[in-house]
Amino acid sequence: MTAAHSISQAIHRGDLALEENPHAREELVRGGRTFNDITEIVCNTPEKSYSEMHIGFKIGLAISMSLLATLLVSIAYLIWEGIGIWGNSSPVFWAWDIVNFVFWVGIGHAGTLISAILFLFRQKWRTSINRYAEAMTVFAVICALMFPGIHVGRIWTIYWMFPVPNQMGMWPNFRSPLLWDLFAVGTYFTVSVLFWYVGMIPDLATLRDRAKKPIAQVMYGLFALGWNGSTKAWVHYERAYIILAALSAPLVLSVHSIVSFDFAVSQLPGWHTTIFPPYFVAGAVFSGFAMVQTLMLPARKWLGLKDIVTIKHIENMNKIILVTGTMVGYAYAMEFFMAWYSGNEYESFTFVNRAFGPYAWAYWIMVTCNVVTPQLFWARSIRTNITASFIISIFVNIGMWFERFVITVTSLNRDFLPSSWRYYLPTKFDFIFLISTFGLFFTFFLLFIRHIPVIAMAEVKSVMKQANPHLKH
Amino acid sequence: MSDVDKILGVLAEYDSPSEIFHACEETRLAGFKHFDSFTPFPVHNLDKAMGLKPSKLPWIVLAFGLMGGMFAISFMVWASAYDYPFNIGGKPTWSIPAFIPITFEVTILFSALSAVFGMMVLNRMPKFNQPLFNILNFAKVTDDKFFLMIESSDEKFDKDRVVEFLNNTRAKNVIVVEA
Repeated sequence: MTAAHSISQAIHRGDLALEENPHAREELVRGGRTFNDITEIVCNTPEKSYSEMHIGFKIGLAISMSLLATLLVSIAYLIWEGIGIWGNSSPVFWAWDIVNFVFWVGIGHAGTLISAILFLFRQKWRTSINRYAEAMTVFAVICALMFPGIHVGRIWTIYWMFPVPNQMGMWPNFRSPLLWDLFAVGTYFTVSVLFWYVGMIPDLATLRDRAKKPIAQVMYGLFALGWNGSTKAWVHYERAYIILAALSAPLVLSVHSIVSFDFAVSQLPGWHTTIFPPYFVAGAVFSGFAMVQTLMLPARKWLGLKDIVTIKHIENMNKIILVTGTMVGYAYAMEFFMAWYSGNEYESFTFVNRAFGPYAWAYWIMVTCNVVTPQLFWARSIRTNITASFIISIFVNIGMWFERFVITVTSLNRDFLPSSWRYYLPTKFDFIFLISTFGLFFTFFLLFIRHIPVIAMAEVKSVMKQANPHLKH
Repeated sequence: MSDVDKILGVLAEYDSPSEIFHACEETRLAGFKHFDSFTPFPVHNLDKAMGLKPSKLPWIVLAFGLMGGMFAISFMVWASAYDYPFNIGGKPTWSIPAFIPITFEVTILFSALSAVFGMMVLNRMPKFNQPLFNILNFAKVTDDKFFLMIESSDEKFDKDRVVEFLNNTRAKNVIVVEA
């Protein structure tokens, strides 16, 4: 082998799928790395200056910040002019606003699943992706929370949602799913931020101890809370981490179930079904993992993380996408089955209308993207292929947005009274809002990549072979 | 005159998890009680090697979680059945099943907040200024080095004996830390 060949081998080693060996676990970190290597690789990006960052980062940040500015202006205009600037009108009073809310909340759930549920299942491979995925959760939930906030119309009365004593002597309706949403998504946001922050305290200490510039020393020092790696502290810290993981697991299941109750607790055919909670949760995990792939596949290349986020991690995530995609496909089939089996003519009509009515185009995009494309991951050659993973993850994201669109709009546009049926069309503001929330998301995300270690260094070190104290050497 | 008042303890540096593990075991077996180890990541079973007791945090979390749950359900019942009840088709005002989702979420919220702030209190965090941060080598504790410190508050502490003891545990560096 020539020197050039072995160097390119080294660079792409994280991209090569190894032979499956049922008798031995594959190494989680490739390339014979030491603890110090992990520190150097991961701290490399936060320790660069802005001018040294990859050009893709700079262009991305510029575009995101412009979209963020657009979003802020659009929100101001929405508050000024009213909800009429959207296409929401009789009978479709809920449209892109609620679709976008459910879309972003769903994406957030994968981060919690990776952090909490994979932790409880002792899946050590999660340590390379959990910080990144949790960041995605926090930012996705921020994007999500914006929509219920602004879609109420009279934002100056939004304090009515909170159980605060007020001049009317009234309380919110605690029996309504719309209020359950407030508590659920609010709790989810708080717990996700806490879990993400607590998880990064040791890594912030690493950056603090390496920081050369005074501003870095002060900021990392402040947020590291004086962490010194004391084992007595690790004991309490690890307990807190396990407790947060154990709390987050039922939290993520309950939050998206409560979001599904926004629909399921109503009386509309197509909405009023008990399959919604598990169906929404599976769909959320599905779309969330697809978004993690969309974000992680370019990042691992541009940030030099290929030895830490290897093909094995990509493959494992694709397997989860396959499983949850199959569950979502099963749910679609069951909805149709129950629509027929129930003998309820309105239920049957609703589902036939979804597939063959005026929004059939949206329905078939949804089915192709969600049911057909993930099935390609049965083939090992496809699920270990970086490009294929990226393309399929984009299709899944599109398909899952359309799923929420189909559920919301088809049941509203043709509901009980045929004389009220109208074809819903979005306005340019609906598009502007959806696209500019990606600006909000990516601004946060790119700043995260620039300032915070994207991989949980302490956790990755603890799952490497050398971390075992009983190793003979 | 003893210089126990001026020194915090004696710090030893190690290169690998197995070295710190054996060092902690030897320290515990030698009868030292006031000592701590410092690692870049939690080393498996190191707390047992040091003889540390399990954390009390789960009890704190349980207490606050239950308080949160009880608070949530009692508030909702009071607000919806007593303070401003609505008669909605004669449906029961004590609608406990409808109150469950919020009760569940508030329980989790209180538990999570108490887990994080309880951990910080038990760890005496934030502690921005520590004598250990004055030791230059100690900056590597968050990278790839492992440390053991025997504190001067320990009954068996005698500076020279402790330095000799730690050298015998195959430490790379032994440093006396001033308070």
